[in-house]
Amino acid sequence: MSLWVDFYRPKQLDGLHYHHDLSKRLRSLASSDDFPHMLFYGPSGAGKKTRIACVLRELFGKGTEKLKIDQRVFLTPSKRKLDINVVQSNYHIEITPSEAGSYDRTIIQDLLKEIAQTQQVDLSAKHRFKVVVINEADTLSRDAQAALRRTMEKYMSNMRIILCANSTSKLIAPIKSRCLLVRVAAPTTEEIVEVMKHVAKQERFGLEDEAAKEIAEDSNGNLRKALLVFEALRMQSPDLSGPLTIAKPDWETYCHKVADMIVQEQSPGRVMEVRSKLYELLSHCIPPTVILKTIAERVVDRVDESLKADIMHWAAVYELRMRVGNKKIFHLEAWVVKVMSLYKHFFYGIDMDGFD
Amino acid sequence: MTFFQPQASRKAATKAVVEEPSLQPWVEKYRPKTIDDVASQEHTVAVLRRTLTSTNLPHMLFYGPPGTGKTSTILALARQLFGPDNFRSRVLELNASDERGISIVRDKIKNFARQTPRAQTKASDGKTYPCPPYKIIILDEADSMTQDAQAALRRIMETYARITRFCLVCNYVTRIIDPLASRCSKFRFKPLDSESTASRLAHVAQEENVPVSDQVISALISTSQGDLRRSITYLQSASRLSHSTDPPVPITPADIQEIAGVVPDPVINSFATSLGVEVADDSMDVDGGVKAKNFDEVRKKVKGLMREGYSATQILTQLHDLVIEHPTLAAHKKAQCALVFAEADKALCDGADEELWILETALRVYKAAS
Ligand SMILES: Nc1ncnc2c1ncn2[C@@H]1O[C@H](COP(=O)(O)OP(=O)(O)OP(=O)(O)O)[C@@H](O)[C@H]1O
Ligand SMILES: [Mg+2]
Repeated sequence: MSLWVDFYRPKQLDGLHYHHDLSKRLRSLASSDDFPHMLFYGPSGAGKKTRIACVLRELFGKGTEKLKIDQRVFLTPSKRKLDINVVQSNYHIEITPSEAGSYDRTIIQDLLKEIAQTQQVDLSAKHRFKVVVINEADTLSRDAQAALRRTMEKYMSNMRIILCANSTSKLIAPIKSRCLLVRVAAPTTEEIVEVMKHVAKQERFGLEDEAAKEIAEDSNGNLRKALLVFEALRMQSPDLSGPLTIAKPDWETYCHKVADMIVQEQSPGRVMEVRSKLYELLSHCIPPTVILKTIAERVVDRVDESLKADIMHWAAVYELRMRVGNKKIFHLEAWVVKVMSLYKHFFYGIDMDGFD
Repeated sequence: MTFFQPQASRKAATKAVVEEPSLQPWVEKYRPKTIDDVASQEHTVAVLRRTLTSTNLPHMLFYGPPGTGKTSTILALARQLFGPDNFRSRVLELNASDERGISIVRDKIKNFARQTPRAQTKASDGKTYPCPPYKIIILDEADSMTQDAQAALRRIMETYARITRFCLVCNYVTRIIDPLASRCSKFRFKPLDSESTASRLAHVAQEENVPVSDQVISALISTSQGDLRRSITYLQSASRLSHSTDPPVPITPADIQEIAGVVPDPVINSFATSLGVEVADDSMDVDGGVKAKNFDEVRKKVKGLMREGYSATQILTQLHDLVIEHPTLAAHKKAQCALVFAEADKALCDGADEELWILETALRVYKAAS
């Protein structure tokens, strides 16, 4: 039994619940052979991958649902071996080059050329080109992006590329210039409610408007999250009645605890305590940016208006330093100390020279 | 691997497959065939045209922003010099998708460079080509070559200059090491000016039988900023879209903006207004016309924008234009905003979190404007 998120995932453009104009546009693009390279972007959980799968199905028919996972071995220029998972059907292939870290260029170079120089197996395929879906395209290194450029032009007659990314900011201009940009906005609360109602109907139970709305709002436009929470709650209390307690993931609760600690006390001892908590979070592979943002969001909710902007300012500054720098923990800590000193200064007017 | 059957030979596969033109994306279909088709780069074309008759060619360096005709020009020139039959033996094209490390420079490039040009085979299409006695090595996207690899090229360029000419193509001329750049004649490719873009687009539209209004053309020009490839792609998508209904609906400037990922005016205007930068706009959404009262309201606005999935750089660009060109905002306030725009742009380029930096920008504009 698969999860609702997977089980009720629409398979065709017609089945998509929201952004109908976009679906229409995609259908008209898929109907013809001059289908362009595309770049899908938008926040996570907005349904980009589902939409891409629907486009593939629209392009080639049911065959794109028969997926196979392969492990491919690539050789880096320094003769190191890389194992990469590829998902493929007869008509398309899906890769996540960021799995290879800084060797992503090797994968792009090798795999794309190989695909570009082969033909459709299925001679009755509706299109003579094959599609390469590249996930997390915004994490591609510059070299890997450069490697895509001429490939995208040269092999256009038998290959199309679909890039999937959270944002276009990190893609180099020549790549954007070669793609049709497709923005997939997060669904609104109402749209999420509609999807949940649809699921409830299929599962044959009634869903109160109130409950649906609460779950939808909590998800912040992340449909995947909404459906997961929805299913979990339904397991707990089948009629979804009474006050809902939407369980937060552990790491989030933990971050909130850290935020509360920062607001409660500002002292060297407290910094040490916070530090060990930050290590704990990092060791559980919570991305440092997520840690910083979650803590900051919570802190600003509990401090005076006049401090809020400053706290977010330093969050932005230290997040950037964290990216450019190497030791994540240094910058997280620095931000914590900064916030504590801002807070203390605000309350007791302590002289802050030497902290700026 | 069962996925795709390899073709009989690599050679057959790499040979450009001639596709039915109607199925080709327009950017490829309307790629200039001769250097005279290249729009807007008059100076470059004039110089290159002379090389067609003089059979003398310097090493060259083409540089300029994406979609301005660099690759097209050199390919067209090479084809006009050698014709289809000699192209293969006389021209070596390497781009960023090829391995171009130092070892390749030493082997493959050097080997090709030192070969004596093969005698001209007779043109099968009955035309005569100048077919000068040298080969051309095109290093496209050369800015992605490492410094070492570039350094290794220096000697080769000099040693075999008599029989081999190089053409380096790149976006950023500063990424080419000086000793290489100084060995080349440089050609700058400008972003296409509005008139050339307009006439090129009009030409494509006419050939493809799509009616386009002047407003649509100017929307294409303003969204593509001198990148002709981008404007042609937009035009094609828009025309697909308009043909998806029966009868086709005319293309509107709003279609183009949507395709180009531009934040719609009402959205950006309402954002600016909420930050205290007032913009008169009747089409703004209802809650848009008021200034945010506090931090939480600004944050809510930013989160809304991010949920819509607009790209941070796009938001930044449009907000920047709005603020800097604002008719009544005081100059010192604009100056403060300019500072944060610059910082945010740098941060985004360094890969910083988009939401944090749009919020930072918003808060500082809010503060400056109040
Ligand atoms: N000056 C131009 N005249 C006519 N068509 C052009 C011109 N510039 C670009 N185009 C159109 O844009 C397409 C891409 O151009 P081209 O490949 O030459 O760009 P480029 O300068 O090499 O860009 P990049 O830096 O991204 O590699 C061409 O196929 C053609 O349709
Ligand atoms: Mg090019």
